[in-house]
Amino acid sequence: MKKSKLSGIYAALILLFLYAPIIILIVFSFNSEKGYSWQGFSLKWYKELFANELIIESFYNTIIVALIASVFATILGALAALGVYSMKNKMAKGLIQNVTNLPLLNPEIVTGISLMLLFAAMRFSGGWVTLIIAHITFCVPSVFLSILPKLRQINKSLYEAAMDLGCSPAKAFQKVVIPEIMPGIITGFLMAFTYSLDDFVISYFTAGKLNTLPITIYSMVKKRVSPEINALSTLLFAAVFIILLVTNIRAIRKEKELERKRAARS
Amino acid sequence: MKKIISVFLVVLLFVCTLSVSAFAEEDAYAYDMEYYSKFKGQNVTIYVYNWGEYISDGSDDSMDVVKEFEALTGINVEYTTFDSNESLFAKLKSGSASYDVIIPSDYMVSRLADNGMLAKLDYANIPNFDRYIDAEFKNPEYDAANEYSVPYMWGTVGVIYNTKYVDEADIGSWDLLWNEKYAGKILMFDNSRDAFAIALSKLGYSMNTTDAEELKAAAAELAKQGSVVQAYVMDQIFDKMVEENAYVAPYYAGDYLTMAEDNEDLAFYIPKEGTNLFTDAMCIPSTCQNKAAAEMFINFMCEPTVSAANTDYICYSTPISAAKELIDPEMAESEIAYPSAEVLAKTERYKNLSDEANQLMDDLWISGVRTNELTPGFWISLGVICVLALAAVFRNMYVKKKRMEARMKY
Repeated sequence: MKKSKLSGIYAALILLFLYAPIIILIVFSFNSEKGYSWQGFSLKWYKELFANELIIESFYNTIIVALIASVFATILGALAALGVYSMKNKMAKGLIQNVTNLPLLNPEIVTGISLMLLFAAMRFSGGWVTLIIAHITFCVPSVFLSILPKLRQINKSLYEAAMDLGCSPAKAFQKVVIPEIMPGIITGFLMAFTYSLDDFVISYFTAGKLNTLPITIYSMVKKRVSPEINALSTLLFAAVFIILLVTNIRAIRKEKELERKRAARS
Repeated sequence: MKKIISVFLVVLLFVCTLSVSAFAEEDAYAYDMEYYSKFKGQNVTIYVYNWGEYISDGSDDSMDVVKEFEALTGINVEYTTFDSNESLFAKLKSGSASYDVIIPSDYMVSRLADNGMLAKLDYANIPNFDRYIDAEFKNPEYDAANEYSVPYMWGTVGVIYNTKYVDEADIGSWDLLWNEKYAGKILMFDNSRDAFAIALSKLGYSMNTTDAEELKAAAAELAKQGSVVQAYVMDQIFDKMVEENAYVAPYYAGDYLTMAEDNEDLAFYIPKEGTNLFTDAMCIPSTCQNKAAAEMFINFMCEPTVSAANTDYICYSTPISAAKELIDPEMAESEIAYPSAEVLAKTERYKNLSDEANQLMDDLWISGVRTNELTPGFWISLGVICVLALAAVFRNMYVKKKRMEARMKY
């Protein structure tokens, strides 16, 4: 009994440590004045957020880049994973896997500066194209890494059985392999999306004239970061929280249904 | 009854003349429609690059300057923001982006001009420069022939302190930032140029010195200050001073006025040794695609009504006297926003330093001042964590061994 109480306190402390910053941010997004002393409840910053074109535009830019980059990265990453998985030469396989991980291990600042130099050398002026290419570059490995283990888990006989039952290789791939690795694809996509969403360092060097949200926030350092940012962060957090809640509830329901079916069968 | 009517009439007359005169004043600053409609319907876009939070954006019923300009001229403005003069320079130099209007500070204007990165302005397209900009802001040191820049905002650096905790006897000079009485409650600039300027001014040297010995002396002075400084910060100064986490900090006069709105105990003075006078000025990079439209934007920013809206929003000082009459009167009469000529005489503008001097300053700043020595508290807690980790490892090994022994018995 004593032990469980202690571990409860421990868990509560860790959770508090993890979530205190977000709670503070949410609370102060409702503050009626700038600064970090409580002056009263108000929705003022939410109202001003939607009137602030600079922030809203930066937000749209960020979302658009994240969407395009993560879709492309998911396609590229999935193809790469499939290719590497079916490679016969072990040496080459290991080599390619490690090379693919490099952008993930490489310090962001090195990636950012080298991309900037590359674009400058190619006389690409910065903007949408450079930013999206840069984001795809660092998003691919995360997709690749989340799909490869799923491929390894596939039962090969399943694919062969599908062919025995009259599927063409393409059809078998679509009916067997894709559904099996789907969770990996979705995790990879979400990882790529979030990586792209909050990237600052690489965007800073490759965005050209575009401002993404992190860059806009950073440019406020000399004056004071506006509480409109708190409001926007709160909305983002709420959106992510709801998505997480919905997916988890659906997963739990599915599991329960499966259990019920199993129970009915036996 | 007659009396009431006559009083009413007098009041009415008074109100009428008042509103007429008010209209007249507004009219004096009406936009020149013929000039501003030059680009109507041509689908022109200009790219403006400004400091973050450095333009009136329509919050709290202020003027949304960018939108007003777009509606007036039909020119589309792509407005983005930067965080420091140095990052602006890096971005322009790398060629990864080209802009039409940029707003660097004084010393950066001369650096950009020296590098051939600015276009000469055509003042025929900026009539408001001659009409409104005050004489003392024309032909500044950083742009002596006034070929490249039009001033946007100016201000001074001073010391902000909390009257509840700081003795009146201690104020007056930069020494307050070194005063051990307030150890742990003093904040300092987190950028080499501003920090060195304060140390140099304290020692009686020029803020623009390139003399290695003087710079080293300033670095030693800053290193000495390290023991009393709570933190090296920029925007956090706002919250730390308002919340009274710190009692003394150097910052820009305009930002003091913003802070004073939130905490009445804060006060400000310009040190007797003198201080830095800065100007942020509008320029056009040499890569500009549409110079006439960019010049129209600069001209618009010099309209007294626009400059007044920006000044009210930013709280810095305007170089346009006509705009000063339109802003919040409390601000216009403030000795802090608009110091006397006597005080201004002692101020010094930053000049562009040689690359060697910049390099030396950065090296001294990083190796001599910002190297935080780790405190004993840090080493103790690190030690405790290591001991705990080792204890946990040994305990696990012991438990495993016990288990193995128990298994062996069977």
